Amino acid sequence: MKTRMVEILVVILIAVLAVVAYLGKIWGWHEGFVFSTSVSLAVVILIFASLIWILVRTLMDKLVGRRIVFLYVGIAITLPLFMSIEQEIVISDEVQAIYDELEQLQPGSKVLVSLDYDPASAPELQPMAEAFFGECFKRDLKLIIMGLWPMGPQQANQAIDTIMARMGLDSTDVIYGEDYVNLGFQAGNEFVIQRMGSSFEAMFGTDYRGTPYQDLPLVRNVNNFSNIDFSYNISAGFPGTVEWVQIAVDRFGLRLAAGNTAVQAPTVYPYLRAGQLVGLMGGMSGGAEFEKLTHLEGKATTYMLSQSFSHIIVIGFIIIGNVAFFRSGRKSGLKE
Amino acid sequence: MRREVPLLITGIVGIVFVVSYFIPHYPFSEMEHWFSDWFAIVAACAIVLGALNLMVVSGQKIARRKEGWGYAIVIIATFLLMTIFGLAGGTGFRETGTGFDWLYKYTFIPLSATMYAILAFFVASASYRAFRARNAEATLLLAAAFLMMLGRVPVGDVITCFMPEGARMSDLAIWIMNFPQTAGQRAIMIGIALGLVSTSLRIILGVERSYLGGE
Repeated sequence: MKTRMVEILVVILIAVLAVVAYLGKIWGWHEGFVFSTSVSLAVVILIFASLIWILVRTLMDKLVGRRIVFLYVGIAITLPLFMSIEQEIVISDEVQAIYDELEQLQPGSKVLVSLDYDPASAPELQPMAEAFFGECFKRDLKLIIMGLWPMGPQQANQAIDTIMARMGLDSTDVIYGEDYVNLGFQAGNEFVIQRMGSSFEAMFGTDYRGTPYQDLPLVRNVNNFSNIDFSYNISAGFPGTVEWVQIAVDRFGLRLAAGNTAVQAPTVYPYLRAGQLVGLMGGMSGGAEFEKLTHLEGKATTYMLSQSFSHIIVIGFIIIGNVAFFRSGRKSGLKE
Repeated sequence: MRREVPLLITGIVGIVFVVSYFIPHYPFSEMEHWFSDWFAIVAACAIVLGALNLMVVSGQKIARRKEGWGYAIVIIATFLLMTIFGLAGGTGFRETGTGFDWLYKYTFIPLSATMYAILAFFVASASYRAFRARNAEATLLLAAAFLMMLGRVPVGDVITCFMPEGARMSDLAIWIMNFPQTAGQRAIMIGIALGLVSTSLRIILGVERSYLGGE
């Protein structure tokens, strides 16, 4: 069969699966489809046995191509979503520090949250936003939400809808304008942070719905960072945590914690160790730790099994690749 | 004048921002606010300009039947679709339940997440084919990668559950992040900062002019 034909068939198959997944989500099919623990363990053992078989084939100089690697990664990510295997999530000091900081805040304290990411990073960062918003609602902390990325405020709306539904809250329990406001997106990157140091209203004349700043009871008396008790930045790149530390923390003395993608988290560790960041949630595991602390288990906790499984599969293939490398006298790579 | 005016604006704005950091009082504080407001205005205009430019470039691609012109049709169609739904929704176009929100939730989010998720497959394939213990440095990198990959997920502690507290996989990963990794990051950050200071000075003083384009 021609390659183009195969590609068209794969696209059609993916489109059909997407429609089935969408319908399944609407009609709740996925809720009843979970493997028992013994079946889950059997599936895991079978997959590892096949990995060992690939290793044996590699020792016999029969290498596998990249499509097999893709297949295994796909299996490692999707199958655990249907498994029922419990994992112990260990809380790190940097995540505990964020929870402790929230615990010390008095009810009614104002918390500034900047969502500086877009849907591409949402699978990793959205669970952090949901758990953080949920914990603030529980403690009656007032949320002032904004974004330096255009999609950030829209992601905030999604997170608030999700966590309110999960906690059984409605718009009478958490009132817009009094318990939280969404100031929306403002272009200008780090200059927005700098200007907020003297006036929030100069950068956000209205909220994302177009309500004038002075008509929002929550922020009417908020002039600059000196009126903020704590802040939290969820970031996937530039502008993000680095800019918030360099301007809002260093120059205006804001207390800041951050949630970053796993790729970005190492770059902000120097700020964490220097005390410029109160705490840090790094990647999906950071989100899962915070969900555990707040008892608001969500997608990060659910996806940790997929992450564990996929990391082991990747390590397995790196070992197999190295076996092939040493078998070939440290000369050849895998060409395909 | 085409080069002198931008050079003058850059020099004045740069000097004001540097001075106002150390002397945050009148008149520098006022000038800083003024320039920050203008930056936000220019940045907002740049977004509109970027969107219009995308439409023009895509339109030209279709008109000249350049390679991949079919994708340009998709760009224009989806851009117009989102714009129409956004304008039709008025000021509350992003509220839950609007057409814009539905498109955002069920097309934009899954497509963006899919593009990002594909990285997992490519990273796995690239690691399989190229991550080799070729020498001592590469072996050290490989060992650190294994420790981090296992230490950042719960299964790492399951594998090392027989070890005492403080010596499990997650503890090793935390140690790597807090000490060797942070030390390396600091060295890189200091190097970048020194480079930034020197480049910024060259731009403010008009020595570095390549950002203006042209010859």
